[in-house]
Amino acid sequence: MSDAGHGAPPLLDARGTRCPVPVIRAARACRDLDDGATLVLLADDEAARSDVPAWARMRGHGLTVEDEDGWTRYTVLVGGGSPD
Amino acid sequence: MLDASRGPLHPLAAATLTGALDAAWADPSRRHAPGRRSRSLLDTTRSVLAGAMGVRPDDLSLHAGAEEALVTGLTGLTHARRRVGTVVVATAVERSVVLLRAGDAEPVPVDRLGRVDVDAFAAAVAGPGVAAAVVSTGNAEVGTTQPVEDLAALCRDAGVPLLVDATASLGRSPLPAVGDVVVADAASFGGPPLGLLAVRPGVRWGLPAPRLEAEHGRAPAAPWVPLALAAAEAWRQGEAAADDDASAARDLVDRVRTAASRVPDVEVVGDPADRLPHVVTFSVLFADGEVLLDELAGHGLAVASGSACTSSALRPSHVLAAMGVLTHGNVRVTLPLASVSPDRERDVDRLCTALPEVVAAVRARLGTDAL
Repeated sequence: MSDAGHGAPPLLDARGTRCPVPVIRAARACRDLDDGATLVLLADDEAARSDVPAWARMRGHGLTVEDEDGWTRYTVLVGGGSPD
Repeated sequence: MLDASRGPLHPLAAATLTGALDAAWADPSRRHAPGRRSRSLLDTTRSVLAGAMGVRPDDLSLHAGAEEALVTGLTGLTHARRRVGTVVVATAVERSVVLLRAGDAEPVPVDRLGRVDVDAFAAAVAGPGVAAAVVSTGNAEVGTTQPVEDLAALCRDAGVPLLVDATASLGRSPLPAVGDVVVADAASFGGPPLGLLAVRPGVRWGLPAPRLEAEHGRAPAAPWVPLALAAAEAWRQGEAAADDDASAARDLVDRVRTAASRVPDVEVVGDPADRLPHVVTFSVLFADGEVLLDELAGHGLAVASGSACTSSALRPSHVLAAMGVLTHGNVRVTLPLASVSPDRERDVDRLCTALPEVVAAVRARLGTDAL
């Protein structure tokens, strides 16, 4: 899963799960990824809208958030943020 | 007991309440002797509580609860200014009951500490059609205080009336002498839940018809006088000790902040210095708020939470969300006054001691301890 530059990034569909499950699943997936890899997380939990950005900030991951119809796509850039 | 957002009563306020059941049961609007006695006791009570808020007794009305006082206070401002506009400027961390009445306008954002963006607030109150602005002195969930005097000056410059929400702070930190309307709650200083609404003289304020009968035309019914007496007694008991109590509470909150920040991946929330002395909040990454509360309850510790799973609506706290901090795994401590709960220091120390193992146990159960 470390060849982020080739093929589609790993996709994690956490729609239908409630806090803190989406963040936990994203964290589990990121544990196996190298810095610079990306992970796409889909979630529709309202709390995830706050918690995924907060987790990315605490862990030093970069994050792009795109709202879709009733759910949200979070693209995590592992190690690509500026930690507090 | 580390969740004093509502009660318990100060013991002497509780004794006053019991005694008042015989002395002040009557409706103060009645002309018979018990009614007149209730009226006289209510007048005394109003003087004490008006003094607590730095207003005249004639400007203060008593309400069934803080929410009713907030809604009434805001409605009176917006109704009086309905020809100017209907926009209510409120910060994103105001109480839900206020935000629900702020209409479609986006609330004024706050930073990660929960402090309002003053420039955005200035721009908002200077905008068109603004009927009123609302700001709380200090946040009931995270403790962060707001620069209320500066915001009041901005409102004055813009000609916009300001409602100051002191429902979390009265009796805990000094009340700034600003705001066209000020709302407080006797529960914040060891009294029963009782809404206190002060409208300063000369403020354009009025409710839509029909005219309400009680409390200077602001409430549908007179307060139950025993509750009002208990509230005044709680204020009398707490007033002299308020500064010492706040300083002791500040030390205890610092202990909680230190203990929580030592646990891995725990984010202590709210301003470390400019805050209410008795409120502290932290969020535990990869933990479930409901499970944390149950685990702490197993240690005999009663705390609150802003996590979605602990709310009936399954929505996270709008305050935590507006600050951009973790909403899951949230634990909120609201310290009672020492005179209300003499064991509060012991409870704080027990929380600090139990926290690392409680967090570890919850994470182990969720299988998140190695993340």
